[in-house]
Amino acid sequence: MTLKTHFREIEGRSARYVALLGGLLVLVALGVLAALMKGSQGHYITGMNNQVVWGLPHIFAILLIVAASGALNAASFSSVFGRVAYKPLARVSALLAMTLLIGGLVILVLDLGRPDRLVVAMTHYNFKSIFAWNIFLYTGFLAVVAVYLWFMMERRMNRYVPVAGYTAFVWRLILTTGTGSIFGFLVAREAYDAAILAPMFIAMSFSLGMAVFILVVLATFHGTGRPLGDLILRRMKNLLGIFVVGVLYFVLAYHLTNLYATRLHGIEAFVLVNGGIYTFLFWAVQIGIGSVLPLVLLFHPVWSQSRRVIAAASGLVLVGGFAQLYVIVIGGQAYPLEMFPGYDMSSSFFDGVVASYTPSLPELMLGVGGVGFALLLFVLALKFLPFLPASLSDEHVDPHADRSSTRTAAAGA
Amino acid sequence: MSSDNSAQLSRRQFITGAAAAVAGLTIAPGVFLLKPAEAAQNPDGPRWGLLIDTSKCADGCTACVRACHEENGVRSLGRPETDAQWIRKVNLTDRATGHQHSLPVMCQHCENPPCVDVCPTHASFIRPDGVVLVDKHTCIGCRYCMMACPYKARSFIHEALTDQKPHAPRGKGTVESCTLCVHRIDRGERTTACVEACNRDGHQAMTFGDLHDPDSEISQRLRNYGSTTIRADLRLNPAVRYQGI
Repeated sequence: MTLKTHFREIEGRSARYVALLGGLLVLVALGVLAALMKGSQGHYITGMNNQVVWGLPHIFAILLIVAASGALNAASFSSVFGRVAYKPLARVSALLAMTLLIGGLVILVLDLGRPDRLVVAMTHYNFKSIFAWNIFLYTGFLAVVAVYLWFMMERRMNRYVPVAGYTAFVWRLILTTGTGSIFGFLVAREAYDAAILAPMFIAMSFSLGMAVFILVVLATFHGTGRPLGDLILRRMKNLLGIFVVGVLYFVLAYHLTNLYATRLHGIEAFVLVNGGIYTFLFWAVQIGIGSVLPLVLLFHPVWSQSRRVIAAASGLVLVGGFAQLYVIVIGGQAYPLEMFPGYDMSSSFFDGVVASYTPSLPELMLGVGGVGFALLLFVLALKFLPFLPASLSDEHVDPHADRSSTRTAAAGA
Repeated sequence: MSSDNSAQLSRRQFITGAAAAVAGLTIAPGVFLLKPAEAAQNPDGPRWGLLIDTSKCADGCTACVRACHEENGVRSLGRPETDAQWIRKVNLTDRATGHQHSLPVMCQHCENPPCVDVCPTHASFIRPDGVVLVDKHTCIGCRYCMMACPYKARSFIHEALTDQKPHAPRGKGTVESCTLCVHRIDRGERTTACVEACNRDGHQAMTFGDLHDPDSEISQRLRNYGSTTIRADLRLNPAVRYQGI
C-alpha cells in the first residue's frame, strides 16, 4: 500500500530561492527590453528578414509549447494510464505544462509585428487558418489543465480527476497536432507540406516535455531538500529514452519519404549533405549529441544510475530538440522556393539562393525572456500552493504496485 | 357607398403605389443604373489580371519595378534583406540548355490564395474582383502569409516609414504586397503602373484586363496563344499568367 502523499508549499525564504527569483526576473527583464526595442525600432534590428520571416524567437516559443504539452506526461500517466507511481507528480506536471505554454505564447505575441493588436487576433477569426485554431487550442489547454489541477487539489472534486485527465490528454494531442500542422499545412515549401510533421511534433512533445520535467523535478527536489527516490527517476529516464527513439523514428520516416521523391532531392541534400550550418545541426547536434548520446547515457548499465548523467542526458535531449526545430523552422525557410523547376533563378530579392540568417541578440533576449517567465511563474506557484509532494522517496512511490507496473513499463518498452 | 369604397381603395392603392415607386427609385440606381460596365457584360463581375509575355521582357529592363515602387511609395532603405519589394525582375537560366530570360514576378492574385487561407484574422483577403490585399487595420504581423506564399510575393515592414502615398498606406509591423494598383481600378482606370511603364518603354510585354470579359484584349490573347502560370501544379489559378516560360 502506498504511503499517503503529502503536498506542501515550498518555504521560499532561502537565499537560494530569492537568488533564483532574481535571476529569472533578470531574464524576464531582458525579454521585455527586447520587445520594447523591437516595438520602437522594428524588426530590422533582428536577424529576421523577408526571406527568413520566423527566427530564433519562434524556435524558443515552439520548444516551450511542445514541451508544455509533454510536461503533462506525468499527470497523464497517473490519471489516464493508471500508473499510480506518477500520482504524486501529477500536480507539478500540470503546473509546469501551464507555465511553459504561457512562456511560449508570450514570446509569440511579443514577436508579432503588431503585438498591440492582440485583441484583433482575439476578435477576428479565420477558421480556415490553423493559427486561428491554435489560439483556441492554446487558451483551451490552459483552461482544461487549470480545471484538472483544481480537481486534483480540491478533495471534493477528486472523483472527477479521471475525466479531467482524459480531457487534458486528448486536448494536448490535438494541440501538438495543431502546432505541427502550422508547418504541415504549408504547401508552398519543400521542407514542410507533410502530414507526418503533426505526429512528429507529438513525439517531440513527449521527449522534450519529459526532458524538461526530469530536470525540473531534479532541481526542485534537490533545491528544497525533499527526498526523491530512484524508483520514479528510473522510470522517467527509461521513458525519456523510448520517446527519443520515437522521435528518431519519425525523423527517419520523414527523410526516407522525401528521399524517394525526386522533386524533394534538393531540400534533402540541403539538410543532409551540403546545407552548412543546417547539416551540422542535423547530424552533429540533433542526431549525435541530442539523440544518440542521450540514449547511450540513459541506457548504459552503470552511467544511467547517476542522477548527474540522467540530468545531462535530459539537457542534451533539449539541445537536440532545439537543433531539430532550428533545422525545421530556419532551414525550411532558408532553402529557396523552387518556383521554376529546372531553372536557376536570381533576382535582387534573393530568389534562388540560400537565405542568410544570423540570430540577433534581441531575438535571444526575447527567447530567454519567455523561458525565464515560464520558470518564474512555476517557481512562484510552488511557493503559494501545495503542488510539490513532501517526499518522493521510494516507499512513497507505491512499492508494491510498482513491481508490477515496472514490469509492465519494461514490457511496453 | 360603393363609390366611397372605390375612392378609399384607389387612395390606398395610390399611397402604396407611390411608396413602391419611391422605394424603387431609391434602390434602382444601386441595383441597375450604376452597375459597372464590366459587370453588365459578365454576370460574375470582373476578374482583374495580368498577362506577361516573357519573350518581350527585356533583360536588364526594370521599368515596371521602378514604376510600381514610385506609384506606391516603396523605397529602399539600404537594407536589401529587409527592404520591401512589391515586384522584382527574376532572371532564369534553363539548367538543361543554358537558355536565359527574365520576367517580372509580383503577387499572382490567386483565385485560391494560400495567404488568405492561413491568415488568422482575415487581414489577407480576396476581393470579389480577384484582387488579393492585406487589410492594414487587422494585420497583426504574424508573417504566416509570407510562409505560405509560393511566390515570395510579400514583404514585411521591418521599420518605420515616412512619405507614404495616400492611396497606398503602409505600416511598420504589417505585411504588404502588390495591390494590382487597386486604387486605379477603383478610380475606373484600366491599367497598372507596371503595365503603363512597360508600354511607355515600347516593350508591350504586359497586358492588364478583365479575365472574365471574353472580349477584353487579355482574354483574347490568352485564348489565341498559349500561356501558363507559375507553380501551376499547386492549382491556385493565379490571375497573373505568363507566356514564354
